[in-house]
Amino acid sequence: MSDTDTVPNAAPSGQRPADKAPARSFLNQLELDLRLLGMVGAFIIVCVVFNVLTDGRFLTPRNIFNLSIQTVSVAIMATGMVFIIVTRHIDLSVGALLATASAVMAMMQTRWLPDMMGLPLGHAALPWLSIFAGLITGAVIGAFQGWLVGYLTIPAFIVTLGGLLIWRNVGWYITSGQTIGPLDETFQAFGGINGTLGAQWSWIAGLLAAVVAVLALWSARRNKIGHGFRVKPIWAEAVVMAIIVGAILGFVAILNAYEIPSRVLARDFAARGAEMPEGFTASYGIPYSVLLLIAVAVVMTVIARKTRLGRYIFATGGNPDAAELSGINTRLLTVKVFAIMGTLVAISAVVASARLTNHSNDIGTLDELRVIAAAVIGGTALSGGIGTIYGAILGALIMQSLQSGMAMVGVDAPLQNMVVGTVLVAAVLIDIIYRRRVGGK
Amino acid sequence: MDKQPDPRASGAPDPRASGATPLVELKDIRIAFGGVQAVDGVSLDLYPGEVVGLLGHNGAGKSTLIKILSGAYKADSGEIWINGEKASIHSPRDARRYNIETIYQTLALADNLDAASNLFLGREIVTRMGFVDDARQEAETRKIMARLNPNFRKLSEPVSALSGGQRQSVAIARAVYFNARILIMDEPTAALGVHETQMVADLIQELKAQGLGIFLISHDTREMMELCDRVSVMKNGQLVGTERVEDVTEDDILSMIIMGKNPKRDAA
Repeated sequence: MSDTDTVPNAAPSGQRPADKAPARSFLNQLELDLRLLGMVGAFIIVCVVFNVLTDGRFLTPRNIFNLSIQTVSVAIMATGMVFIIVTRHIDLSVGALLATASAVMAMMQTRWLPDMMGLPLGHAALPWLSIFAGLITGAVIGAFQGWLVGYLTIPAFIVTLGGLLIWRNVGWYITSGQTIGPLDETFQAFGGINGTLGAQWSWIAGLLAAVVAVLALWSARRNKIGHGFRVKPIWAEAVVMAIIVGAILGFVAILNAYEIPSRVLARDFAARGAEMPEGFTASYGIPYSVLLLIAVAVVMTVIARKTRLGRYIFATGGNPDAAELSGINTRLLTVKVFAIMGTLVAISAVVASARLTNHSNDIGTLDELRVIAAAVIGGTALSGGIGTIYGAILGALIMQSLQSGMAMVGVDAPLQNMVVGTVLVAAVLIDIIYRRRVGGK
Repeated sequence: MDKQPDPRASGAPDPRASGATPLVELKDIRIAFGGVQAVDGVSLDLYPGEVVGLLGHNGAGKSTLIKILSGAYKADSGEIWINGEKASIHSPRDARRYNIETIYQTLALADNLDAASNLFLGREIVTRMGFVDDARQEAETRKIMARLNPNFRKLSEPVSALSGGQRQSVAIARAVYFNARILIMDEPTAALGVHETQMVADLIQELKAQGLGIFLISHDTREMMELCDRVSVMKNGQLVGTERVEDVTEDDILSMIIMGKNPKRDAA
């Protein structure tokens, strides 16, 4: 490991008047977020414990693949919930809105477009037009709820509690309560197992991501040096880069290790009218839905950290009066935040319905609670102003791991939910204690 | 203007009054909350390079009046003139367009953001790509802080981790950086220690020398006598009077605050 040759280097720099204890100087020099480390640590503990309890069945490529695709839908929505909670609001309607968006998309591709526009089933434009309609539906409904909250000053809790009842049943109404399916094949590719990059493209995507991550870190460092700021030592930068590159490529390697069962391959070859060569193997690789989550995470992180919109979201959460007095239009900001949430719900609706290969009435039921719990476990403070995108995604991952881990171990269903509830409360308690120690809010 | 006694009519002729245009003129401002007339027909003016103090009990209407100028409240009636032209101020953004900056009693800072983000809040420096340029904002913050408060170090921590004086210097830096012409300071020293209070006093003198007009609100009559050129006293939403500090004693001011009239003026 790189630790062995980097620790001695830490000693000389520790001799300058350091404000922290020397024992912690290695971690300090890396300038890593302690909360991030804590969450990653918790996640690793959960994984290792379940792996032991299941005799190594938890940390197999197959289960990690399944865990990833199960997490995507809730994780995408959780990134939006961070903005909502940071601005001191709440959205209880996400699960119901997901059902409405899913219903609109399912009806578009199976009924409305074929019947009204005359596009035959299987037409290449069907999935894209449906997704577009779903995104518009989500954004408009989200913006409308945001308008009720921001301009008419109805508490978000009430608006979205009403929304929870309304949108679940709007979805029911427009499908007449029927399950709509099967969905378009291209559309299904966003669900997970039905759409993956394959080994080769997964490696290319992974290497590309690694290069981008290293370049981003490097340019941030150059920018700091350009302004004469102190930067962390070069070895610390290198360690951080190595960890990130290792994590990205490790993840790709694990997903690539999950091979497509040979009977599935044989069926594909048969469908194309070809004979499967002897000893032929292929991997799933990175699912499109996971790529979608990564894209959402990157965009949301850039919005949060690098744009005025993000700055205003956090400023408004920290001190609404100060934001208002600084000339920020906090009402319009509320509309924007809820519109972003609605759009992300629609993206999740694509993933969730594609994974099930159909739209059913109960899709997304109780998702609002999972999404809020993921954001909160990920360190988003309900008092507003504090939260991170990566935290929410890790929160979603931890919850999904707990749930599927307990299912694999054979824990009774009621006990599963009791454990998840306890973890939620305990996570918030730990966060409160941590903040008190650090002296923050 | 005609209903109120012209403040400059009292005492010796004011050098600034010789034909100069007032920076700010508030004319017959009124605002009511529910049935309460919080500000009741108040007229004030402010000249470049001048500090005008606003005194009065809690609830006298000082802060409300000043919030009308800074765009936080909208007056029911009355006019605001800036540089001899009628101004329309409906929001804090409008006020900023007229180079009016406000330092609030409650320190209008977002506690969860660092000093640079607060300094530039609402007016971020962006890169060509349209992203917030944090590095440049921090560099600019360092520059201005080196001038205002050389002891200021905690640039990358949330301002909740700062002392009252440090927080105040962030708020003042915000006004100074954006070239305020009219500065409103609502109890700027209320949360500060002796040393920091002196720092703010020095800063007010410096800004005054640069030709800014400053409205200062405070409860500390002695401090006001030292810092201000003129003081205006309010009681129950009305203006009791405006006096040049060299024409009055601290006792005169106190009786204006408490009794709502100037004993000397009555005697004359």
